[in-house]
Amino acid sequence: MSVVGERLQPTIFELSRPGRGGGKIPHPPANALDRIPAAARRAEAPALPELSEPEVVRHYVNLSALNYSVDSGFYPLGSCTMKFNPKLNEWAARLPGFAGLHPMAPDETAQGTLAMLHELEAILAEVSGMDAVTLQPAAGAHGELTGILMIRAYHRSRGDVERTEVLVPDSSHGTNPATASMAGFKTITIPSAPDGGVDLAAFTAALGPKTAAIMITNPSTVGLFEARIGELLEATHAAGALAYMDGANLNAILGRFRPGAAGFDVMHFNTHKTFSTPHGGGGPGSGPVGVRPNLVPFLPSPRVVREDDGSFRLEREGERPSSIGRVRSFFGSTGVLVRAYAYLRAHGAAGLCEVSDDAVLAANYLKARLAPVYEVPFERACMHEFVASAADLKRRTGVRTLDIAKRLIDKGYHPPTIYFPHTVEEGMLIEPTETESIETLDAFADALIEIFHEAETDPELVTAAPHVAPVRRLDEATAARQPNLRWRGMTGAQTPCPD
Amino acid sequence: MPYGPHAADDRSRMLQTIGVDSVDRLFDDIPEALRSGPLKLDPPEPELELSARLQALAARNRTDLVSFLGAGAYRHWTPAVVDQMLLRGEWYTAYTPYQPEVSQGTLQSIYEYQSLLAELTRMDVVSASHYDGGAATAEAALMTCRATGRDRILVGRGVHPHYRQTLETYAEGAGLGVDEVPLVASGPLAGTTDLAALALLLADAEHPVAGVVAAQPNILGLLEDMPQIGRLAHDAGALFVSVIEPVSLAVLAPPGDYGADIAAGEGQSLGIPLQYGGPYLGIVACSDALIRQIPGRLVGLTKDLEGKRAFVMTMRAREQDIRRERAASNICTNQALLALAASIYISTVGPHGLRDVAAMGASRAAELEAALAAAGAPRLHAGAYLNEFAVHVPNARAVFKRLLARGVLAGIPAADLLPDEPAVADALLVCATEVTTHADITTFATALAAELAGGAA
Repeated sequence: MSVVGERLQPTIFELSRPGRGGGKIPHPPANALDRIPAAARRAEAPALPELSEPEVVRHYVNLSALNYSVDSGFYPLGSCTMKFNPKLNEWAARLPGFAGLHPMAPDETAQGTLAMLHELEAILAEVSGMDAVTLQPAAGAHGELTGILMIRAYHRSRGDVERTEVLVPDSSHGTNPATASMAGFKTITIPSAPDGGVDLAAFTAALGPKTAAIMITNPSTVGLFEARIGELLEATHAAGALAYMDGANLNAILGRFRPGAAGFDVMHFNTHKTFSTPHGGGGPGSGPVGVRPNLVPFLPSPRVVREDDGSFRLEREGERPSSIGRVRSFFGSTGVLVRAYAYLRAHGAAGLCEVSDDAVLAANYLKARLAPVYEVPFERACMHEFVASAADLKRRTGVRTLDIAKRLIDKGYHPPTIYFPHTVEEGMLIEPTETESIETLDAFADALIEIFHEAETDPELVTAAPHVAPVRRLDEATAARQPNLRWRGMTGAQTPCPD
Repeated sequence: MPYGPHAADDRSRMLQTIGVDSVDRLFDDIPEALRSGPLKLDPPEPELELSARLQALAARNRTDLVSFLGAGAYRHWTPAVVDQMLLRGEWYTAYTPYQPEVSQGTLQSIYEYQSLLAELTRMDVVSASHYDGGAATAEAALMTCRATGRDRILVGRGVHPHYRQTLETYAEGAGLGVDEVPLVASGPLAGTTDLAALALLLADAEHPVAGVVAAQPNILGLLEDMPQIGRLAHDAGALFVSVIEPVSLAVLAPPGDYGADIAAGEGQSLGIPLQYGGPYLGIVACSDALIRQIPGRLVGLTKDLEGKRAFVMTMRAREQDIRRERAASNICTNQALLALAASIYISTVGPHGLRDVAAMGASRAAELEAALAAAGAPRLHAGAYLNEFAVHVPNARAVFKRLLARGVLAGIPAADLLPDEPAVADALLVCATEVTTHADITTFATALAAELAGGAA
């Protein structure tokens, strides 16, 4: 039996029949649009599907059943921190006072939300050792752009306009170099050392008067704490550059390492990783950014300001001319931030520390269970995730990491992240998170070990996987060569409204 | 830890397997000098108390006011089915569909979203989603520069100021120039984009323009001559970006019909709660000619190896995890769950319902216009509008504050949105939608009449 539903669904367009639906919106007077000039009006009604509500419900319920999710099972997707999403947080975000608040509501009508946001900024500053936090960025990559633009503004404010380069380790997330390019910088890629950390010699050789910033993911994308971080930060600052921390892996170090206190100048948080806000099948995320005092003047606007009388307001336009400006419309993804706030309050200081302890414990436990069978390129203690490799298995049997991932689906699991980072051959990045029981971890380890033996005895069983899933492997080449990105062939509603 | 899974002896069993005596040992790599002391935060809060705290915070927001506020985020009625579907964990607790075999639900839903928005906009290609209207507009403007190899963008002052400011921030980083196209100050076309000024800006041969960005309806609610803006842009070899409002497209000409190369906008009005600014839904759509330039994820239809129809993320070579510093954008996580909300909303209200939403807003707005005019606040502009418009009110900010004290959120002082436009200094920008009632309008008009008469009532 498949771990997800097996019944593929027709598209919503194929389900449509003229004359279905209705009963939702009262009808406006027939002449409601007469005052709109004909040239500005739509000539032909859009060909949108017509369905009854029961059909809509079945369509989306049955489609949802084709998804694997944290609520249905173990999701060890490395770098993505697929931890449990608390249900209280969903309830909180839907409270009418939060959900119904207009983004342009006058400050005096938004005191509950503004107070919550102000406290959340303070909590994130404490967790990260930063001095101030902006909650505006909509996702981690958006936070990176915000951070790098602040670094750019910082150098320019000092007349230091020759800094055109950003150093990025070769194991970094693709968003780091892409962000550097968007902010007008040239990316210099730094190789990894054999121990998985940044190659200090190559790093210091690349540092210089042209370096604007370094972007470091710590713990790194291979799940290791960057043990030479003190030297890296010192060399960076000695060269006049600033240090950006990609906070994607913050889940490992809460209460153990505060990046701002340790010397990073700026970092982003992924609330959808560390602070349990649900990932929604690809978003929404939220990517708050914390900064040290040197970057505070450049924070995007508007910030939340606390007045002497204890009330809160948003910064007024132009109030802080040194700001890099707006990075989005309105204040931020407040609905996501409510969830992060609830998570942080539920945990408090002790709980957050325990989150990281248990996440790191789970990863090391799983690594210890797998190390006798799979290659584990870095033997020292990992943080919240680790890389296993099937390079040797592939040489002996032809079975690749991709095949192992697909076979895991047959065994009821979402596969780990595969082929990332690119620095490990046939790598699998496994992140169990702190919310999985020892029984779950054991069962997953058993499944991976079983697949290893299958690869040795019956490789085709593995290379042809998945066998029990709603679809088999997909023709991705044709999809890219002859893209079909939208349904065509529905005609517009020809019949009058059904009700 | 509130959501922890461990029984009393689980941790010690795990440590034993690992071969260390304490979890502290696992953090040995952190240099001692850089280790953190205890966090200065409150102790954990039990769910019972936390839920009461959250309820109290939410209750401090005033969402009970009679509201006429729009300006880029709109109050709409959302059928109950939308949130009921979104609450399924199979949707909201899944990650990006990297493993298509166990993600067909999300993948098909994104394909359907792309298709629905392509139909609504009459554009060829729609991305899987962007952060919000501001970021989508900025990305659309950057697309025009990549596609034309030019580095100058013209943006109309009728585009939402937050979108313009976001575009400025993005353009500054990318080293691109942005010039604003003024609005006509007076006369029958007052409040719309000054086409003569646009033509002049486009005629600067030394600084050729990559793209022209204009909004329909514009920030003052007015309808622009979009076909003409498009023609002027194209005559100068520039691309045309139309900033759209999706509900309005049920009744207004879609960007694909008047020659837009790219459509961008905010999808919040499609069943997404206001929630103080997000998460919302950035829409980016383009013509087939620009498909290699569109940033963000795309889902395509394909087959599996047995010939079954299936959906998959495609044309990934544009994206950051493959192309790194040469990617079309750094965007990774987008707004998939909000795109799903929009799809369920559109599917539930259907084509007739969506038209009724737009037309009902227009109808309520006309009623509002008449009531406010009778109360002493006539419309500021002569041009056509759909459901949002400015009314002339001397001392608009002060009147706005006094109306707030009477329980009426009287739109927004136009000068707060457009501080550099003297023509709207004495105006309120107000909006009506299908949720605006006759009683709301009467309350507003009565309060306004009293204020304008000297605040006696």
